[in-house]
Amino acid sequence: MPAPVAVAPPPAVPPLALCAVGWLVPGAAHLWLGRRDKGVAFFVVLVALFAAGLWLDGRIFPIEPSEPLVALAALANIGIGVPYFIAWALGLGAGNVVAASYEYANTYLIVAGLLNALVVLDAYDIAVGRKA
Amino acid sequence: MTSHFLLLVFFAACVAIVMAVLQKDDRAGQLRLALYIAGGFVGAALALGWVLYPFPL
Repeated sequence: MPAPVAVAPPPAVPPLALCAVGWLVPGAAHLWLGRRDKGVAFFVVLVALFAAGLWLDGRIFPIEPSEPLVALAALANIGIGVPYFIAWALGLGAGNVVAASYEYANTYLIVAGLLNALVVLDAYDIAVGRKA
Repeated sequence: MTSHFLLLVFFAACVAIVMAVLQKDDRAGQLRLALYIAGGFVGAALALGWVLYPFPL
């Protein structure tokens, strides 16, 4: 007799909309799922990391197809969502290559976007019942 | 800010908090994992710094 298969409950929220919201506002997907503490923690930490990257003279990379590594860095930058577009609209993130903190700041900006992508994937897993 | 060590500690703390909150649901588990990850980052950086200190020879 086959073992009973655990069936995940149907998602209470549309997963793709959840991912879009989570991408635009770090932590918002977890807030939508009712995980308030996690959502607030993600928002505070990821926005702080991105803001620190801008403050420390980091560069928001342009989407440059002829430079694959620059294009990948740009995609990672975009991963933070609305803060990226705010910084772009305000003309921040020009970068100061001679600043001592330049490479650190670029790492902050890139990793903030990548971590937000990880947070969005976590919210997706919760929404579709793969994670408790 | 030009202290590379403080920049490293800030980065390690941010990454550790996000990873710990992703992986654990209880507050004590999150704190333990965050300290473990951040300590690993900083400790590994210091150890590698000392190992690489003589280079270039």
